Amino acid sequence: MSNELEFLSRRVASGKLSRRDFLGRAAALGITAPFANALLSSAARAAGPVKGGTLKAGLVGGESTNSLDPALMMTQVPFAFGKCWGEMIVELSPEGKLENRIAEDIGSSKDAKTWTLKIRDGVEFHNGKTVTAEDVAATLERHSDEKSKSGALGYMKGIETIKASGKEVVLTLKEANADLPYLLSDYHLIVQPNGGKDKPDAGISAGPYVVKTNEPGVRHGAERFANYWQGDKMGHADQIEVIVINDATARTAALQGGQVNMINRVEPKIVDLIKRVPGVTIRNHAGPGHYVFIMHCNTAPFDNNDLRMALKLAIDREEMLNKVLRGYGSLGNDFPINASYPLFSEIEQRKYDPDKAKFHYKKSGHDGTVLLRTSDVAFPGAVDASQLFQQSAAKAGIKIELKREPGDGYWNEVWNKQPFCASYWGGRSTQDQMYSTAYLSTADWNDTRFKRPDFDKMVLAARAELDEAKRKQMYHDMAVLVRDEGGLILPMFNQFIDATGAKVDGWVDDPHQELMNGYALAKCWLQA
Amino acid sequence: MSSPILKLIAQRIALGILLLLAISVLIFAGTQILPGDVAQAILGQSATPESLANLREQLGLNDPAYVRYFHWLGGVLTGDLGTAMSSGQDIATSIKGRLWNTLFLAFWAAIVAVPLAIILGLIAVRYRNGWVDKLISGLALASTSFPEFFIGYLLVYFFAVKWQIFPAISTVYDGMPFGERMQAIALPATALTLVVLAHMMRMTRAAILNVMQSAYVETAELKGLSAFSVIRKHAFPNAIAPIINVVMLNLAYLIVGVVVVEVIFVYPGMGQYLVDHVTKRDVPVVQAVGLIFAAVYISLNIIADIAAIVANPRLRHPK
Repeated sequence: MSNELEFLSRRVASGKLSRRDFLGRAAALGITAPFANALLSSAARAAGPVKGGTLKAGLVGGESTNSLDPALMMTQVPFAFGKCWGEMIVELSPEGKLENRIAEDIGSSKDAKTWTLKIRDGVEFHNGKTVTAEDVAATLERHSDEKSKSGALGYMKGIETIKASGKEVVLTLKEANADLPYLLSDYHLIVQPNGGKDKPDAGISAGPYVVKTNEPGVRHGAERFANYWQGDKMGHADQIEVIVINDATARTAALQGGQVNMINRVEPKIVDLIKRVPGVTIRNHAGPGHYVFIMHCNTAPFDNNDLRMALKLAIDREEMLNKVLRGYGSLGNDFPINASYPLFSEIEQRKYDPDKAKFHYKKSGHDGTVLLRTSDVAFPGAVDASQLFQQSAAKAGIKIELKREPGDGYWNEVWNKQPFCASYWGGRSTQDQMYSTAYLSTADWNDTRFKRPDFDKMVLAARAELDEAKRKQMYHDMAVLVRDEGGLILPMFNQFIDATGAKVDGWVDDPHQELMNGYALAKCWLQA
Repeated sequence: MSSPILKLIAQRIALGILLLLAISVLIFAGTQILPGDVAQAILGQSATPESLANLREQLGLNDPAYVRYFHWLGGVLTGDLGTAMSSGQDIATSIKGRLWNTLFLAFWAAIVAVPLAIILGLIAVRYRNGWVDKLISGLALASTSFPEFFIGYLLVYFFAVKWQIFPAISTVYDGMPFGERMQAIALPATALTLVVLAHMMRMTRAAILNVMQSAYVETAELKGLSAFSVIRKHAFPNAIAPIINVVMLNLAYLIVGVVVVEVIFVYPGMGQYLVDHVTKRDVPVVQAVGLIFAAVYISLNIIADIAAIVANPRLRHPK
């Protein structure tokens, strides 16, 4: 079968091309109707999971300093590999519903302060032991401990006591939280034997794959776990491999050459070129992810709200969306929430306004340049976006000096350390989670140093509020506060743009994170 | 082999060791001059005065610099390179795999590049100033003039994407079958070959042409030897010293200068490792890698010196 036909029939199977169009194109290629129909049905037959083979992903976002300790996961490679070997307490389905994993049932008291997790029977760790309520409790305890440096610590601190008894884990919260099950779906909370307290980076959990090779910054490999508790749903390929390819050109070439079956972070500027390559499918879908420029609200000169406002007004969002994302995204409005979150409400769109920016800049009294640190790894096209920002700001009389930082080390040395830099956020599943992770005064990842007791109070009040209409109004007020007084410049929400090679099947768009919320390797299969 | 040569060789080696010691002082001093200290770099933003003091104590940063230098040097001499700040891994262990990968790639690139360059150089001399000479020189110079990443991407485009003969990425790992490993390094080795080819080729050509002007070559020609025999028997042995020098320089480049090629082909070698840690200000790793690179450079140069001495009949047969 020619590459082109194979490509077309796959597009029909994935619903991107109508049957009629397919027959028309096939005729144009000189294929008779009966044969074309036979092709179609074989493409449809291939729609069931196929076991076997090796699935390989070439991903950006791995460094030689990565660890298998789930608490320390931060970039894409540990995240995606974690979803292969780790098993969660609860997960979000692609539709945004809660999907119970190790917890069979999650119930709460009426005031949403006491939660009970019922632990599923017969789930096995890779080391042969059965997952117990004690393991789950120990996992949660470890991530609540300052010493673990867990990325989930920010909201794990809200849990007052964790008790395991029999098959249940009972959590009591300091403050009521209607969203607790969503918080437990955080990707750091991989259940480990004894919570990973003995050896946090052992790489043992109850996921569909068993870790075989772990060479940080180079490659990670795993084999199917024979005793995985839901082997019919995940773990189709015999082996999976993650190869770290931080160079975008090399990543694309590896997909085209067939060394890997899927890649993440296709740069928007080459999407249209890649689309035409036979066998390659672009997987783009909207999500809560956003590209940002972040200012530390407590560091001069950004401790002045007029300067922050001037910079927010001096960015041309439309231009950036069209030039950097080539339209694969939507406009941002300086608060981290968009329509992919429940309880979202519209706020007037902030526009590029050089005159107003000039006014605020003058009022701030700042003189001289503003140093913006940027890097290729901050987000795809970050350097271009920073240059656009520099130009649009220049028209408002604001001089931005760009400093291009090296890619490796950017997340350790620049992000969350330097007062003004480019960055990105993958987003979270609920508004409370997003604000708790990065906007509470006490959050470790408060990368804009937005420390406002009044805002913290609003977060806590909204969290405990069970009346949906009131809650929506509260989130609206919080958004306005972040938008008008925070340190976040959010020009655009991006789409996840992944790509798969020939024969990869089983892809389901997931709005939560790239690569099917990290599950692409565990849930996809290779056509026979 | 007579004693004057042995003496010369021993002198060279002793000088090399002395030089390496001097370099170790320079490396150590250089990393001390850098702003900030190691403890500050490790603790980063979360640093408190007490934790800084504790860590300085723990790392022995309160000792005077010379004490720390000898401590470090003692560790290096006994094979203990310390632990990396950023990941807490033992440096010697991590470097071993990376160094082996780099040497493996350099070895195969050299196996192809050195004979090829010398043979092309000999052919160029044989047909000097003719179209063969100009073609060889032109192509070799062109391949050297292109930046490495451009050659790399060209190779990837044609051999990995278009014709799919070789893989686009060269990730190698322990226990990889030899055949697969060779296939994986085919493209980076080719890129490196193209980069170093011209230098060695042109040097061979120039050195031999220089010798070709001498009277004994004219004699050899007059007594009726064929052009290639003249080159092989009379010109080449006398031109070998400068050729060896330039070959060794290029070998050193293959080991210490391949960062760009490693990044393009995702090859887990020393260059990538060094760059990773420089960007993280991981001083112990940078010191260790710097020392290893210096050692490689110096030993290759010593080999070149010794080879030149041994190849020189006047030194081999002293009066």
